Amino acid sequence: MTDLAEPLVEAPVVATAPDRVADAALVLVTLPTGVLPSGSRRRLGVPRGIERLLGVVAFFALWETAARVGWLDPHTLAGPSTVLTVGKDLVVDGTLPHALWASLQRVLWGLGFGIPIGVGLALVAGLTRLGEDLVDNNVQMLRFVPIIALSPLLILWEGVGESTKVTMIAIGVSLTIYMNTHAAIRSIDPGHHELARVVGLGRRQRIGRIVLPGALPGFFVGLRLAVSIAWLLLVFAEQINASTGLGYLISKAQLLSQTDRIVVCIVVYAVLGLASDALVRTLERRVLRWQPGR
Amino acid sequence: MSALTNVDLRPALAAPMAAPVAASVRGVTRAFGDRSVLRGLDLDLAPGTFTALLGRSGSGKSTFLRALAGLDTEVGGEIRVPTRRSVVFQDPRLLPWASVLDNVVLGLAGPRRDALAAGRAAIGEVGLAGHEDDWPKTLSGGEAQRAALARALVRQPELLLLDEPFGALDALTRIRMHALVQQLCARHRPAVLLVTHDLDEAVLLADRVLVLTDGRLSLDTAVDVPGPRRRTHEAFARLRSRLLAELGVDEAPTTTPQPTPTPGAAP
Repeated sequence: MTDLAEPLVEAPVVATAPDRVADAALVLVTLPTGVLPSGSRRRLGVPRGIERLLGVVAFFALWETAARVGWLDPHTLAGPSTVLTVGKDLVVDGTLPHALWASLQRVLWGLGFGIPIGVGLALVAGLTRLGEDLVDNNVQMLRFVPIIALSPLLILWEGVGESTKVTMIAIGVSLTIYMNTHAAIRSIDPGHHELARVVGLGRRQRIGRIVLPGALPGFFVGLRLAVSIAWLLLVFAEQINASTGLGYLISKAQLLSQTDRIVVCIVVYAVLGLASDALVRTLERRVLRWQPGR
Repeated sequence: MSALTNVDLRPALAAPMAAPVAASVRGVTRAFGDRSVLRGLDLDLAPGTFTALLGRSGSGKSTFLRALAGLDTEVGGEIRVPTRRSVVFQDPRLLPWASVLDNVVLGLAGPRRDALAAGRAAIGEVGLAGHEDDWPKTLSGGEAQRAALARALVRQPELLLLDEPFGALDALTRIRMHALVQQLCARHRPAVLLVTHDLDEAVLLADRVLVLTDGRLSLDTAVDVPGPRRRTHEAFARLRSRLLAELGVDEAPTTTPQPTPTPGAAP
């Protein structure tokens, strides 16, 4: 023990350090310079855009090969070319457009009801102490209930018609919009509220000039989430009870084990999701022009 | 709100007293918990005078300015200020989603057309002409603070409250802003209260300098440095030393810089 402790006591590093630094020659290292920015470097010798597509192309090629050679049983998963042919047929005979329209309507109604409700509740809770107390706790409670778990109740109340599906989507949408918009209203720079007092803005002007525009970025975060949640709930709602729509198409295909049709619907869902997200982002860019980097 | 005691923010225009005042403060107190920040402040500001309020950090000078701005209703005592008053904060506080022009005319009463015309004029006055439709985030720090100054001026304030408005600017921009503020105040003649911790700024701009120590005004003096004021002027240096002493700062005993020890040199 004493052997170990001794060097530490006898030769404190700090005391000797300055002398050693002064004696030793200063060693310099050469830092890398003249390196191209990482984005412009080509790893496989092809432009970046094509390089990024390579993975996707490889995936589909493998999938197609597996289906052609017979590694993939068509009852397990249809190959891409089969999916494409079946998809074309479904478009031509009107099945897919009809289902698509039915689904799209449900999502639009759900968003149409859900967004104003979410924004309205967020304003009530964000602007007044009383509203905060009355609304926020209830919504926070509801947030932890999986909305899908509400479906038995909704079916008992509203039957298996359109309103059940729209209600479910609207609940999911309004909760998401509420959470993000409320947080955005709460986090508006207190300096802006002070400014409103200094320049003498009335309540209405304060909401119009400061609260609403200040909460918009948060609202758009919520909107993008809400749109994806709307599609998610739509799939669920249509698969349990529907006679139209994409979900209905999927469940029918499942009964007949038509994996090609199922894949077509999944692809359509993906495309719809991407398209609606792109739409929201375009809208966001337009509305939030004032943000740097847009 | 219910705890507020006789704070009076009524316009001071109906004052029957002889000398007109642009702001009148009597026995203003403010405490944060147990800590008493303002302990009975009395102050009259004459119209058209430029007053600088100095104090160490945490001395309560910003608290006092916020009380005069009507932003702190929990102060005790009596505060009387004109209805037309403006505040410029340390940060420009421009709404990022509104154009420079919309920011300047924010909350301006009267017809929109008149407000816009006044806003354009004020933007021109602070040297920002051509930036009316810009987004605030595209302005430099100095430009943004100019826009904030235009927003204050367009209201034709009888009392202009400046809360360290140059504090966040770089030294060169600050010098240009000093000149601009001097020029604008000379033209519009509002009563100005400038809160700052910069002695030179106070002596350079103000007609009267106050020092806030331990919640009271410990010094209230006129600035008798002949203009144009230069830092090299003897009266400037004298007042500066006096203010430094009042603020409890010992000036460095030696002005010659200590030679930096060369590494490896024998002690």
